[in-house]
Amino acid sequence: MGAAVFFGCAGIAFGPALALVLLTVAAEPLRVIILVAGAFFWLVSLLLASLVWFVSVRLSDREDARLQFGLLVFGAAVSVLLQELFRFAYFKLLKKADEGLAMISEDGRSPISLRQMAYVSGLSFGIISGVFSVINILADSMGPGVVGIHGDSPYYFLTSAFLTMALVFLHTFWGVIFFDACEKRRYWCLGLVVASHLVTSGLTFLNPWYEASLVPIYIIVVCMGAWAFFTAGGSIHNVLKCLSCKGARGRERTRGDTRVPRLSPVGF
Amino acid sequence: VKMAAGSGGAQAAARGPRAPLPAWPRLLLLGDTGVIHVVEKEEDLRWVLLDGPHPPYMVLLDGSLFNRKVLLQLKGTSRVSGLAVAKAKPSPPQGFSPGLKCPNDGFGVYSEDYGPQYAHCNTTVWNPVGSGLSYEDFDFPIFLLEDANETEVIKQCYQDHNVPREGSGPEYPLCAMQLFSHMHAVTSTVTCMRRSSIQSTFSLNPEVVCDPLLDYNVWSTLQPINSSGKVDPKKEVILVATRIDSHSFFWNIAPGAESAVSSFVTHLAAAEALHKAPGIQSLPRNVMFTFFQGETFDYIGSSRMVYDMEKDKFPLRLSNIHSFIELNQVALRNNSVLWMHTDPVSRKNESIQTQVENLLETLSNSSAGANVTLQDVGYSQPLPPSSFQRFLRAKHIPGVVLSDHRASFHNRYYQSMYDTPENIRVEYPEGLSPEETLEYVTDTAKSLAEVATVVARALYQLAGGANDTSAIQADPKTVSRMLYGFLIKMNNSWFQSIIKPDIKVILGDVPQHYVAVSSPVNTTYLVQYVLANLTGTVVNLTKEECLNPEKTPSTEKDLYEYAWVQGSLDPNSTSRAPFCVRSTVRLSKALSPAFELRQWGSTEYSTWTESRWKDIRARIFLVASKELEMITLAVGIVILVFSLLATYFINAKADVLFSIPRDPGAVTY
Repeated sequence: MGAAVFFGCAGIAFGPALALVLLTVAAEPLRVIILVAGAFFWLVSLLLASLVWFVSVRLSDREDARLQFGLLVFGAAVSVLLQELFRFAYFKLLKKADEGLAMISEDGRSPISLRQMAYVSGLSFGIISGVFSVINILADSMGPGVVGIHGDSPYYFLTSAFLTMALVFLHTFWGVIFFDACEKRRYWCLGLVVASHLVTSGLTFLNPWYEASLVPIYIIVVCMGAWAFFTAGGSIHNVLKCLSCKGARGRERTRGDTRVPRLSPVGF
Repeated sequence: VKMAAGSGGAQAAARGPRAPLPAWPRLLLLGDTGVIHVVEKEEDLRWVLLDGPHPPYMVLLDGSLFNRKVLLQLKGTSRVSGLAVAKAKPSPPQGFSPGLKCPNDGFGVYSEDYGPQYAHCNTTVWNPVGSGLSYEDFDFPIFLLEDANETEVIKQCYQDHNVPREGSGPEYPLCAMQLFSHMHAVTSTVTCMRRSSIQSTFSLNPEVVCDPLLDYNVWSTLQPINSSGKVDPKKEVILVATRIDSHSFFWNIAPGAESAVSSFVTHLAAAEALHKAPGIQSLPRNVMFTFFQGETFDYIGSSRMVYDMEKDKFPLRLSNIHSFIELNQVALRNNSVLWMHTDPVSRKNESIQTQVENLLETLSNSSAGANVTLQDVGYSQPLPPSSFQRFLRAKHIPGVVLSDHRASFHNRYYQSMYDTPENIRVEYPEGLSPEETLEYVTDTAKSLAEVATVVARALYQLAGGANDTSAIQADPKTVSRMLYGFLIKMNNSWFQSIIKPDIKVILGDVPQHYVAVSSPVNTTYLVQYVLANLTGTVVNLTKEECLNPEKTPSTEKDLYEYAWVQGSLDPNSTSRAPFCVRSTVRLSKALSPAFELRQWGSTEYSTWTESRWKDIRARIFLVASKELEMITLAVGIVILVFSLLATYFINAKADVLFSIPRDPGAVTY
């Protein structure tokens, strides 16, 4: 009986991530490596954040509920900052790796573009943070009970799954924007990414008032998505072209093979 | 998220071939879940059995409805997944006994070959209120809620979510409960013992699924006998016996105030009184005090002792037994009348008849001057369920069973959770400290002491004592302390002072007298040490000598047992003054001979075993509607499929979508 809820929630939370990994990452070994390494970087950041929170709780008065709530907010903020710090570190590492790859490749060009790396690393951050935030809830959704005996919302599993889906998307978009901003040294973009991450994290403290947390978070998702789309080279013109380019299919196919080098920026 | 609602206990898991097949296959390790429905009146059952739209139900049953009629209704439907019973307060006035109407039927002496007119309680139904629920097979777990607060939490959850509104069912989410009590054994003793024994033959880590009920009988003699040798065949011994175990429907609850404690406390007091009489060591006959364990489950203790005596594995033989006196439920006497039950079949034998007459006369004479009247039940009636029946099965022995009832039991709560101190009117004034309560002499204690006095005097005379018996007197204070210890609180200062230091941790608070599989149980230990304390002597031995008496020749190791007990607490410090007690108190194994003989399907000997189990617990939570679950699943699937399609198309058109405009100025890297 709980299996329906489990698979439903898993589909909501990880359906997009699964589709992205299967269709855009799994086929290329280099992307898979970047995905796994990115997840590792995120885990290290979580480890450090939890250490900070754990120590602060140990050192503080555990009876004081207000203080403990404050520490939780503090811990979440620290965690966000650490995640962004590790995203930067991962960017630096990938840059170094890319130079190496370019050196050993036959044509002297890197086999993967920075944008693709940004996208895959963002996705890896999203997947791993989604897994960590929802796995316990998914385990409990197997049943036999649901939330609510103390008056909480029965939609807890559903909203948690949607929140996780938003998190996966947001991390992917942040990854794209962040890497681009680092590359172009647009520090205000970095600031915006960190700020929106902080806001998202802060909004979850409004739970279980789900209207107040989920709606703004999805607004942020849409905004970030649009920004990332344009950052990645998308434009309304392209969308229109894409929608009306049924006739251009044949041309597209021929270009398919050369897609990667075409997309890869030249001259790092 | 989920709230644990602790349980008072689950069904005791003992079962034999007579109550086969409590296999709970649906349980597995997940526990049983159902929507809670509170049943406080019989009419409420209709919802559970017929009307309710959300089966299976977890029934929270009021204690007053916990009877055979209701339980068979619940058993007969698949709409019930479990039962939680709230304990009734006060105890049901009409009586309640989950035991049989004819306790231990088929394992006593009466059968087709021996007094067939008495077999299967044809003449007298001993326990008319007995519902036999303990011997029914239920395929759902049954828990007891002892704590009224827990019951209230569950009822509140029911009130908030599950109350039917105007004929239609309540709306989701509903409050549900899950009970965990997985039993590893299935079908019957024959099956589970075979499985366990196959495992222990071939496996390095045998997974035992059930264990035979096993404990120890406690026995001692007035005059010391050589425990390793054999008693002279000409030596006559009078055997006094009581049972020390009880039972209730639920695990870990077996107060047995009337069914066990009243009689064994009287027995202990009589042993003490007799031991204090002068000249007892020179009496021509010996007296043996015997406390049988596991009698509730088809006479485990007594059948084993008879078996051992027949097989020469016991210092005494059956031929040594001069006569037999059993104390059996003695606290609820009308007008202080104590009834003497005898076996009409063996009394047809002339020599037995003479000895029985003599026995009855001695007992009646002993009551002269005491506030107890002994009356003969006569030929009309067979023996009530008693250990004596197991001895009669083996040999015609003159004997008498003393009880407070002439025909059916006066005890309305035989083998139930309501056989509490209140049942035998052990009540204390308000505001006493534990120490004061321990010493407080209740009326029940006085009346039991009188019975003990009569028994002790009769034993003195039966043993051949010629002196005046008026000096033999049981002490009501001792009886009070024992009643407190065995009924109210085991962990009291007196029990602490008379036990070995290494078993002081066993003393729990609330006493219960269920024979278990890990032995000896508290009751056995405590009866052993109380008996040693009441009948033994303090000897001047060092700790070393007391713990290793075989190293000191003067201790006569074969005749006596030595115990180094921790003594009472010094009033001004935390240290104790330990000492050495010498007594004749010994333990003998109370494991049914059926397991010794590996006859697991025996109808001669008790074959009760207890299933192994992992954990027993319960929790309550809300369950969501099927619609919400299906909506969740549908949304999940739609999102997954849409993601796959969208990703596929975006990926296919990635070069168009993310193409960099021709203007090279836009590319900064």
